[in-house]
Amino acid sequence: MTHTDEGRRVPPTAPLLRIVGASKSFPGVRALDDVHMELLAGEVLALVGENGAGKSTLMKLLSGVYQPDSGDFFLGGEPFSPSNPRHAMELGISIIHQELNLMPDLTVAQNIFIGREPRKGLWLSERALLAKTRDLISRLGLPLNPSTLVGDLTVAGQQMVEIAKALSYNARVLIMDEPTAALNEAEVATLFDLIRRFVTPTTGVIYISHRMHELPVISDRVTVLRDGKYVDTLLTPEAKPARLIPLMVGRVIDADQRPSGAAPQSDPALEVDGLSTRHLLRDVSFTVNKGEVLGFAGLMGAGRTELARAIVGADKRESGVIKVHGRVASIANPADAARYGVGYLSEDRKRFGVVLGRSVRDNIVLASLREYVNKLGFMREQDISRDAKASVKALSIRTPGINQLVQNLSGGNQQKVVVAKWLVRDCDVLIFDEPTRGIDIGAKDEIYALLHQLAAQGKAIVMISSELPEVLRMSHRIAVMCEGRITAVLANEEATQENIMEYATRFSAEGLVRA
Amino acid sequence: MTIDHEGVAPAAPPRTEGLVARARGSLQQLLAFGSLIVIIVVFSVWSPYFFTASNLVGILMAATVVGILALGTTFVIIAGGIDLSIGTGMILCGVMTGVFLTYWGWPLWLGVLCGILFGGLIGVINGLNIAFLKIPPFIATLGMMLISAGLSLVISGTKPIYFPDTPGFENLMNWSVIPGARFPLGVVIFLVLVVVAAIILAKTIIGRYAFSIGSNEAATELSGVRVRKWKVTIYGMAGLFVGIAGVLSASRLSSAQPVGGMGLELEAIAAVVIGGTSLQGGRGSIIGTVVGALIVAVLTNGLRVTEVPQEWQSVVVGLVILVAVYFDMLRRRGA
Repeated sequence: MTHTDEGRRVPPTAPLLRIVGASKSFPGVRALDDVHMELLAGEVLALVGENGAGKSTLMKLLSGVYQPDSGDFFLGGEPFSPSNPRHAMELGISIIHQELNLMPDLTVAQNIFIGREPRKGLWLSERALLAKTRDLISRLGLPLNPSTLVGDLTVAGQQMVEIAKALSYNARVLIMDEPTAALNEAEVATLFDLIRRFVTPTTGVIYISHRMHELPVISDRVTVLRDGKYVDTLLTPEAKPARLIPLMVGRVIDADQRPSGAAPQSDPALEVDGLSTRHLLRDVSFTVNKGEVLGFAGLMGAGRTELARAIVGADKRESGVIKVHGRVASIANPADAARYGVGYLSEDRKRFGVVLGRSVRDNIVLASLREYVNKLGFMREQDISRDAKASVKALSIRTPGINQLVQNLSGGNQQKVVVAKWLVRDCDVLIFDEPTRGIDIGAKDEIYALLHQLAAQGKAIVMISSELPEVLRMSHRIAVMCEGRITAVLANEEATQENIMEYATRFSAEGLVRA
Repeated sequence: MTIDHEGVAPAAPPRTEGLVARARGSLQQLLAFGSLIVIIVVFSVWSPYFFTASNLVGILMAATVVGILALGTTFVIIAGGIDLSIGTGMILCGVMTGVFLTYWGWPLWLGVLCGILFGGLIGVINGLNIAFLKIPPFIATLGMMLISAGLSLVISGTKPIYFPDTPGFENLMNWSVIPGARFPLGVVIFLVLVVVAAIILAKTIIGRYAFSIGSNEAATELSGVRVRKWKVTIYGMAGLFVGIAGVLSASRLSSAQPVGGMGLELEAIAAVVIGGTSLQGGRGSIIGTVVGALIVAVLTNGLRVTEVPQEWQSVVVGLVILVAVYFDMLRRRGA
């Protein structure tokens, strides 16, 4: 299926939302600087820019979380100045934030109408609530049960609840902040379908995304912000990545670059044979060689993260043999894995990767503290500082110093700190789970360069990624998973987005494949 | 990019139906209720004195004061907070009731009402400190716990206050509603409060927002709910329960004792937790709290009746808390 514009809506014309000279400063940062932009009635406007470009600040101004230092908003020609998110929703602007704003212990119905419960005085009318909710979700055609606890829904289901909630305010403008970040392809399709149905000649959508390939599918125009300033707006057909990305970062990135030269063969660093877990993984076998990047593609729930966790012993294995550098490794927990030189870099950096409230220095040596204890049991602070400084330099981590708190670093630099941690621990098999999630485009490039650099040094890299262009760009070979099994292993030159998706959605005719 | 959407299943539907979720939610309560029955049966077999009318009424009397404290605390804990000031706050409310009735000679109804409202005032101050000054609940109510303990001593001059002018006062707790038998009014008040609390939690906006705030405070705020106002309301309401407990406890002893109360807050929290309310907030029930309070009271009473040395009683209650919370964690992990 291609994404032609056949049957598209009436060409948008009149401005629905106008932003005139919006500025906002925080101590030390000019987050938004005299931004002028327009959302037309009937369009989906994509808003792109690196982290820190000002997208989130702009959205928070529009939703009334912050008040602008200067500038005016007009909604349908009328001045619009929301004093809080509820007010903004009542005036017709609803926002779906990147972190979903739901109460997991409440039902779907209770979530949608939170703050607007049908009631008499203090008394709730549960029946009216259910009726309203049923009415709403059938109007939107969503497969939701009003009495389900939201915590029991999948991420996609929860997002539907968010959308239902936003639309229940009769929103004229819907703002979505990276709504597809946690969705698989099928869920994305459902989301796009909802968006298309929402857009009428009197409504509009502002769609914030890091995913370039989504823009032609869903948007009409693309507005670029950079460093808090408005840069340009393009019609989507003109907004090819090659043209957009330089606008976003101010320099050219070759997005279609693929790894050159064949992967080094026959020097296996990590061999996994017949690995199964109780719930998901079935007889997974693969090998990754020294100096090789092995990409893992697949839909959400295919078992890639589970595979990584099972390898390093974070989850229990039912069966399977793991060899590191040709020797059988008995890995029962991540500490064992680290001893064998296998490091796992979680997709959820902030929870499992770094200790946000500690310094760069402390984080880098966190996995190797035992190496830095002297005979009396004291820490060898000078050695720690020396090695931390060396790591910061080697990986070009951008930080004012090794004592900076990790929470003050950008996502890309936090990721480098995690890498440094495992390198200091002498890991030579590194399993990256979504290494560029939440990292802006310029910094992604540095992470890619870092991965290549590590591979060139002879490290074996396993890279799990949900972004196909990233997998294609980075991997010497690509393992595709589906429902807990490896369904294909493709050499880079034979892999395309199309055939990867095919293997990711069904089992190959040959059955199980050994990588 | 051209990915084939056709033939791909639509976005995952809800994983569980509402009914299943609800059944799962009440499992902990069933478990707690089952444990209560088992404990009662065990003690009944063990000691002939346990399952007698007078002993069972004694258990209910013992459960009343802590139980009422636990009712209010259930709301606070569901909303993701904690209240450590309820034990000594209750003592202070008793002392203030003594001040109103005995020192100032107010009529019974007014003194009792103001004693209860004084508890509400303590709760509102807690709520303001937590919601507006952003003091963490643990610290805010720890401070209030010490302040209340101290004020009780200061105001009473460290001596008990008796109620010679209002002879009806001790009837509040002790008057038997069944002539001839001993079924004290205090227990009836407790049962009525259980129903009231259950209705407030399930059927009113206060209960809904307690769950919502405990489940995700930031999201509740972003949805336009005035979270700070509701937090003050919830702590204030818990304070009213503290006031009632204070009046009843003074009535039971026919005097406002200015010393003690410390530790009662932990007993109340224990009852709430044993009853399946999550200390993380967002989940819990009144009926669970009642069962939890009864488990604590039955254990304490039963161990005494069966002549287990007193030193062992808190050991057992402690073990019960650990087991109850462990099972709750197991259940949630398995879910």
